[in-house]
Amino acid sequence: MDNMNQLDKSLVEVTAFLNREADMLDYKEYDEWLKLWSDTGLYIVPIAHGEENYKDMLNLAYDDAAMRKLRIQRLQSGHAMSAKTAKITIRTLSRIRILDESDDIINVRCAYCLFENKSGQIRHFPANLRFKLRRDNGTLKIEEKIVELMNSDTHLATIAYLF
Amino acid sequence: MVLENEHNMSARIASMIDTDKVHKALYSDPDIFEEELDKIFNNNWIWVAHESEIADAGSYRTAMIGRQPVIVCRDMEGQIHVLQNRCRHRGATVCESQAGKVRAFTCPYHGWSYGLNGALRALPRPEEYESILDKKDFGLIEIRHETYQGMIFATFKKDQESLDSFLGGAKKWIDLFMKQGGGYPVKTLGRQQFRFRGNWKIQLENTTDAYHFPVVHRSFISSLDDQTATVFDFLDDEGFVEDLGNGHSVMVMIPDLVDLEANLEAPIPERFAPLAAELAKQGLDDLQVRKLVRAAGGTGFNLNLFPNIACSMAFFRMLAPISVNETEIHHIAIGGTGAPDAYNQQRLRLHEHFQGPMGFGTPDDGEAWERVQRGSMAGKDGWIMVNRGMSRLRPSPDGNVMGAVCSETGMRAAYQQYKKQMIV
Repeated sequence: MDNMNQLDKSLVEVTAFLNREADMLDYKEYDEWLKLWSDTGLYIVPIAHGEENYKDMLNLAYDDAAMRKLRIQRLQSGHAMSAKTAKITIRTLSRIRILDESDDIINVRCAYCLFENKSGQIRHFPANLRFKLRRDNGTLKIEEKIVELMNSDTHLATIAYLF
Repeated sequence: MVLENEHNMSARIASMIDTDKVHKALYSDPDIFEEELDKIFNNNWIWVAHESEIADAGSYRTAMIGRQPVIVCRDMEGQIHVLQNRCRHRGATVCESQAGKVRAFTCPYHGWSYGLNGALRALPRPEEYESILDKKDFGLIEIRHETYQGMIFATFKKDQESLDSFLGGAKKWIDLFMKQGGGYPVKTLGRQQFRFRGNWKIQLENTTDAYHFPVVHRSFISSLDDQTATVFDFLDDEGFVEDLGNGHSVMVMIPDLVDLEANLEAPIPERFAPLAAELAKQGLDDLQVRKLVRAAGGTGFNLNLFPNIACSMAFFRMLAPISVNETEIHHIAIGGTGAPDAYNQQRLRLHEHFQGPMGFGTPDDGEAWERVQRGSMAGKDGWIMVNRGMSRLRPSPDGNVMGAVCSETGMRAAYQQYKKQMIV
C-alpha cells in the first residue's frame, strides 16, 4: 500500500467497507450492521430520482437511527410474515467510485443489485447506491446511504428487507 | 349450487355470490375478470386523481380506468378535463409520463398536437386533409368527470347517476376525512406504487378488514410506543363497520378520532410532543398547535369507496386491476396546502412507517393477499367466508346496517354491489 496514492488507498478501504456492509445484510448480522452507522446517519430509499430534498418528499424509506433500530427489530422479531419468506438474499456491488474526499467525509457511489427467491421466482432489484461516509477515530461510519432503485418511480413489489 | 360450467355469465356469477360467502373462482377466473373490466370499471365512477395533483394550469396525471389509459389535466383556464390517452389519427398514446406540466399533448408518431382541453390544435402538413378533416371533430375524446372534496372521479357510462348520488352516505365521511389538513386544504404529498400477485377484490376486502390487524401487523404494533399501541388495540372497543350503500362502507377503528376538530383540549399524545413543541416554537398559537397535532396521525376510520378508492385513516389507497391475478396499489400520502413544513414532514414520516412497499405494514399485507390468491387454486370448489358478525347486526344512527369493527359488514356491502352490477 505504501506506493499507492491517497485516492487509491481510500478506494481499497471504502470497497472493503461497502462489501462488508452488504455481506452483513445478506447474512443478517443486523446488530453489527447498526454499528456501522453514525448517530445522525440517514438511510433513504427515495421514489423520485435525482432529487435532494428527501425530508420534504414521500420516500419508500427514510430511516434515522431510531427508525433503523425499529426496522431491524421488526426483521428479527419473527412476527413479520413477509420477512420469513425472504430467507436468502444476495447483494452484489460493482463500479465503486469515490466522487470526492475531504478530511472526514468521503462521497462514493456504486452499482448494486439485490436478488431474492420469492416463492420460487428470483426477483432482482438493480440500483445506484450513494454513500456519504465519515471518518471517525480511524474507522468509517455511514452518514448517509441513498438507494436509487432503477424502478422506484414506477410500481415495485413489496419488499421485506433492507437494500 | 355453483354453476361452474354455465355459459350464461350473469347466471354463473349470481350463483357464486351469497349474502354470507363468495366463490373462490371470483379471484382466479380470467373470463370473470374480463367481465369485471366492462361491468365494474367501465360502468362506475372511478377515482382518477386528487385535484391537488394537478394544481396548476397545464399540469396533468395519467391514470387507468380498468385497462383504458386516460389523462387527467387542468387547462389554461383552470378547468379540469379527463381525456382518453389516444391520438385521433393512428391511435398512439399522446402522453406516457405519470405526471408533469405541459403546454400541449403532442403525439410522438406524426406530430398531431392537442390543447389541455383536448382540442386538436395543429397537425403537420395539413394540405393533404383539405376538405376531408375538420379539426374540431378530432379532439381527444373527453370522458365525463365530477369531483367531490377535491377527489376527481370519471366514468365511461353515459347515463351514470351523479357522483353526488353515487357517493350518497359516504359524503359525510369524506367531509370528516378531509379535516386532516389540520385547518389547511388537503393536498397529496406523493405516491408509493406496488403490485401484488392477487386479484383486486382481495385488496378491496382488506380495507374493511379490522380482524387481520393484530395478526398480520403484530410487528408494526411492536414498533409503536405503548400509548400508540393501545390506540391501535381496537378490536374490543366501540368501533363498528357501517354499510353506506352502493358498495361503500366505513370501518371506524378509533371512535375518538372520527372528528379531528373535536376534543381539541385532550392531552397531546407522547409521540406528537416533539411536533407540538416545534409548532409552538414557530409561533403558532395553542389552538392551531392542538388542531395540527390532533390531525397529524389521521382519522380513526377507513372509508372504502366501491370500486377503486379508499380514504384510509391518513392516506388515499387506490387499486387498479392489472390481470385476474395481479393488482396495482397506490398509497398516496396527504398533508395540508400551506401547512407548516414540520406538519407535512411528520405526515410523510408516519406514512412511510406503515405504508408503501417498504413500510412496516404493507409487505405483510402483501404476503397474506398473495397467499389468498394461491389458496384460491386449491380444490375444485371452495368459498370465501364473509359472514363474520352477521348475527349481531344493528341499525346505525343514519339508518344503515352496522356490525362490530371486526365484522365483515363492509365486504358484504361491496360484494352485493358487485353482484348487482355483474348480473345485469
